[in-house]
Amino acid sequence: MFKKILIANRGEIACRVIRTARAMGIKTVAVYSDADAQALHVREADEAVHLGPPPAAESYLLADKIIAACKATGAEAVHPGYGFLSERAGFVEALSAAGIAFIGPPAGAIAAMGDKIESKRRAKAAGVSVVPGFVGEISGTDHAVEIANGIGYPVMMKASAGGGGKGMRLAWSEADVREGFDSVRREALSSFGDDRVFIEKFVEQPRHIEIQVIGDQQGNIVYLGERDCSIQRRHQKVVEEAPSPFVTPEMRKAMGEQAVALARNVGYFSAGTVEFIAGADRSFYFLEMNTRLQVEHPVTECITGLDLVELMIRVAAGQPLPFTQADVQLSGHAIETRVYAEDPYRGFLPSIGRLSRCQPPEAGRDEQGNLVRIDTGVVEGAEISMFYDPMIAKLITWGPTRADAIAAQAQALDRYLIKGINHNIDFLSAIMQHDRFKAGANVTTGFIAEEYPDGFHGAPVQPATRDALIAAAAIIHAETVARESLIDGQLSGDGASYGINWVVELDGEQVPVEVTGEAGSHEVLVDGRDLVVQSGWRVGDAVFAGTVNGEAVAINVERKGSFLQLTTRGAAHKCRTLTPRAAELARFMIPKIPPDMSKYLLCPMPGLVVSIAVAEGDKVEAGQPLATVEAMKMENILRAEKAGVVAKLLAKPGDSLAVDAVIMEFAG
Amino acid sequence: MLKQLEELERRRAAARLGGGEKRIAAQHAKGRLTARERLDILLDPGSFEELDMYVEHNCTDFGMQDTVIPGDGVVTGSGTINGRLVFVFSQDFTVFGGSLSERHAQKICKIMDMAMKVGAPVIGLNDSGGARIQEGVASLGGYAEVFQRNVLASGVVPQISLIMGPCAGGAVYSPAMTDFIFMVKDSSYMFVTGPDVVKTVTNEVVTQEELGGAITHSTKSGVADLALEDDIDALLRTRQFFDFLPLNNREDAPFRPTSDDPLRVENSLDTLIPPSATKPYDMHELIAKVADDGEFFELQPGHAGNIIIGFARIEGHTVGIVANQPMVLAGCLDINASKKAGRFVRFCDAFNIPIVTFVDVPGFLPGVAQEYGGIIKHGAKLLFAYAEATVPKITVITRKAYGGAYDVMASKHLRGDLNYAWPTAEIAVMGAKGAVEIIFRQDIGDKDKIAARTAEYEARFANPFVAAAKGFVDEVIMPHSTRRRIALGLRKLRNKNLENPWKKHDNIPL
Repeated sequence: MFKKILIANRGEIACRVIRTARAMGIKTVAVYSDADAQALHVREADEAVHLGPPPAAESYLLADKIIAACKATGAEAVHPGYGFLSERAGFVEALSAAGIAFIGPPAGAIAAMGDKIESKRRAKAAGVSVVPGFVGEISGTDHAVEIANGIGYPVMMKASAGGGGKGMRLAWSEADVREGFDSVRREALSSFGDDRVFIEKFVEQPRHIEIQVIGDQQGNIVYLGERDCSIQRRHQKVVEEAPSPFVTPEMRKAMGEQAVALARNVGYFSAGTVEFIAGADRSFYFLEMNTRLQVEHPVTECITGLDLVELMIRVAAGQPLPFTQADVQLSGHAIETRVYAEDPYRGFLPSIGRLSRCQPPEAGRDEQGNLVRIDTGVVEGAEISMFYDPMIAKLITWGPTRADAIAAQAQALDRYLIKGINHNIDFLSAIMQHDRFKAGANVTTGFIAEEYPDGFHGAPVQPATRDALIAAAAIIHAETVARESLIDGQLSGDGASYGINWVVELDGEQVPVEVTGEAGSHEVLVDGRDLVVQSGWRVGDAVFAGTVNGEAVAINVERKGSFLQLTTRGAAHKCRTLTPRAAELARFMIPKIPPDMSKYLLCPMPGLVVSIAVAEGDKVEAGQPLATVEAMKMENILRAEKAGVVAKLLAKPGDSLAVDAVIMEFAG
Repeated sequence: MLKQLEELERRRAAARLGGGEKRIAAQHAKGRLTARERLDILLDPGSFEELDMYVEHNCTDFGMQDTVIPGDGVVTGSGTINGRLVFVFSQDFTVFGGSLSERHAQKICKIMDMAMKVGAPVIGLNDSGGARIQEGVASLGGYAEVFQRNVLASGVVPQISLIMGPCAGGAVYSPAMTDFIFMVKDSSYMFVTGPDVVKTVTNEVVTQEELGGAITHSTKSGVADLALEDDIDALLRTRQFFDFLPLNNREDAPFRPTSDDPLRVENSLDTLIPPSATKPYDMHELIAKVADDGEFFELQPGHAGNIIIGFARIEGHTVGIVANQPMVLAGCLDINASKKAGRFVRFCDAFNIPIVTFVDVPGFLPGVAQEYGGIIKHGAKLLFAYAEATVPKITVITRKAYGGAYDVMASKHLRGDLNYAWPTAEIAVMGAKGAVEIIFRQDIGDKDKIAARTAEYEARFANPFVAAAKGFVDEVIMPHSTRRRIALGLRKLRNKNLENPWKKHDNIPL
């Protein structure tokens, strides 16, 4: 077995690999760029080697420097994580030439599968069903249009060397191909250093189901069940689960055997994933094979009880798999949500910056026997930088049933505390509460686009949530008032006294309450119903955790002037608690109408203006591109929301804009 | 009931009705509360005791003798906020538009005199059309009587003004001389001369809101300390604010117990300072992580954002926080920042509130506008305020402390009691680049030499140890232990005794 390995990656996956290596008694070497000098993975590793400036092309993608780091530190093997160098056959060969083991598949398999064009040929040869598409080099936009017309719309344009959703674009018409092809190429070049693009038929109403395989160097290959990654937004996975609520044992077996056949065909060993698209009739087509550990591997680990990283390391060291296909048992249900630094209320725009607060929910087994696991690469005080994927953490829950795993997710999401940047926790919670997701039968890759056609505006409030919010607001107020009444210098020695009657204002609605009991255990009378609340909340606590009528509740609490912002179950609520007299007088207040910003195009995120597509005086139609803003390496096209005339341009290409900066004004 | 008792009830009821139901409804329609309704929210329930309910004006001109309303447009008295005594006046817009008569002024003066005698703060709720024109000079005299008391009370009892309606002409000067001004958005304004006069004299066209609204004064002019959403918000926030203030200048700032551990360690502060010296960070994070329960009552957040001021508590005791904000103008001191912080430091010193200063200042803001605007004298205000302050002063230099601005920001030389620096601190006359270009002017053409000299200068001065070697910094502390260090420091300084030489008063560069 290796004595020391180097992890050629960063963030949560580097931390994940370090954790297993440490458990196996293997020393670890981290690598880092300037931007990651203070990162968690650097602190967790036994040693760390600096690579270069923040851009990946000048640091994490430099194979030579990583090999030099191995030599300098005596690392015998490299785990590549995912992304970066993980699917570069050339890197594996270079390692091999330097006498360093690669904790992953053989170079030949990477070369065959890593290139999406080549992988289709091999899949066909192995008897795997494939989606119609063009396999070959595309010379330019005109050629792309010709191919797309030949296949029939909709088609998908993808970076050949890509993965993880970057450098992908859907085209519903010839115009879309013309507009998007070059952009896909550019993204492909900037993200993967390879501008080849391929085009294939886009299967409608699809589910994304993938099979985890693992093989050893002795030729044993098994499949470890499937993962359902159908909840995606613009082809970025958002929620993953195992097993799929859609897959029958027969389907699992058929998909698994095809995946193993493909792996065997290319001489595969280590962990790999064969991705399929499944139609409503349970037909499935090969999509691609990812010759690496997947982001969402933890759900497979949770239902199989295996440690995939450990298996990868053992296989790389030449050990055989310690089990056969017959030994693989799937138990319970696991769900992973990807907690991202992006703002679901603003079209999921990336939100970079410092995590001024970051307290994940408690990991481990809860009282019901459900499991919470958090894979993260950041701690409070870390920076989500523009240079890398803005993932904060993967939150994984396991329960005996799918419903248990979902409930545990919603609970854990409520307990997550993140401040300093915007995040998608509300959105993830909304999905966990969504009836269509909970039913599971009809969850397709179109779920998010179909269920949130006008964007996300917070999850609807369930009656139990409303009760919890009212109870929490009342108790927080009672505790706050109790604290205030202890101030010294009072006129009488008795301390200030307050009654038990209050009015909670929840999102503008007034609800009279009666609060009795004492710290830790309260009763709140709401609408004639008595809510029994147990909570150890104290003034200053950022999370109100406890039970309301026996149901577990966790609410993020933030004081904003005379209001509280209470966030739970996928939405933020503006609350305050008033005396009955103040509540009566509050009705005279005139609600503030936010200013009309519809005549402005605002910059939706901090970024760089790449181009302005219109001039002053231009008439524009709804949907017409107005400007392109680059943020986090992604080009975002800003479009007209409605028809109008451009009155004034207030930004120009090259400008670096803050969020909500005015780009242009429309005549109005 | 006895007839006499019934008569009292009748008179009380008449006074409570103020200008009558129609005017009350008109006030409500504007989203404003009446004078008494406001006190219901500001004060502890049932605590208000009214005085001078039956005072009437003494004007007999212009038919005024026929319209007499008991109370004469202002409700005065005392009550409690969380059990602590406060004197209040609340102008009643429903009675003669809240205009100030001689008797109206007398009522205000009476409660101010009582507040001074017993050592309790005064909160004024302003909602007045201005002078009672029918009374002429009697009304003007009334204003001046109030002004005189504002001045005598200044530094003796805290004075807070809420502007909850119009406040124009001479009337603005009473709030102006109080310690804090909170304005209500969209329903209050303050100006010396209104839009009509402005139009006539200078031909400038401006709305009331633009000229003197809550947003204008809380951002542009800095006259208001806070702009609040509506009457309810303003009154509730004032209650919160009141709890930070001592009752008078002979008492310590109030203590309110907390469950927050004074020794709490915040590891994330170790990464607050970005690796790049030019990258800003939000000083609010440090303040929130040092303060009890993360609670910080910021004043003037929208004005001169390059400096942050406000109140927090450490171990339950009020402290005044002053901090440079690298996010705005790199944290430079300019005219507005110096004025904003200077006045705040003087308030804290007057009322025995310890001052905690967080320093990241690259210097004074250069520029013609600053020099012509008198940055020399305005900057001197902050320097003066820190130098004369005798309350406990704890200073933490987080990053830059350059030039004269280093001296100003509660340095050791200005009788700082505990001057700490983070290991990331750079205490120097100026940044390395600028310094090298002056010291090695002859080498400016030679890039390599300049780079080498810059590196040399950085190695020598871009750290806290040169200052620490001279005793200008008492200790270099780990960022994560900042709260603990400040809490322990404040404990030890609680009995600090320091007096300035006797003088009639100082001559701060106004």
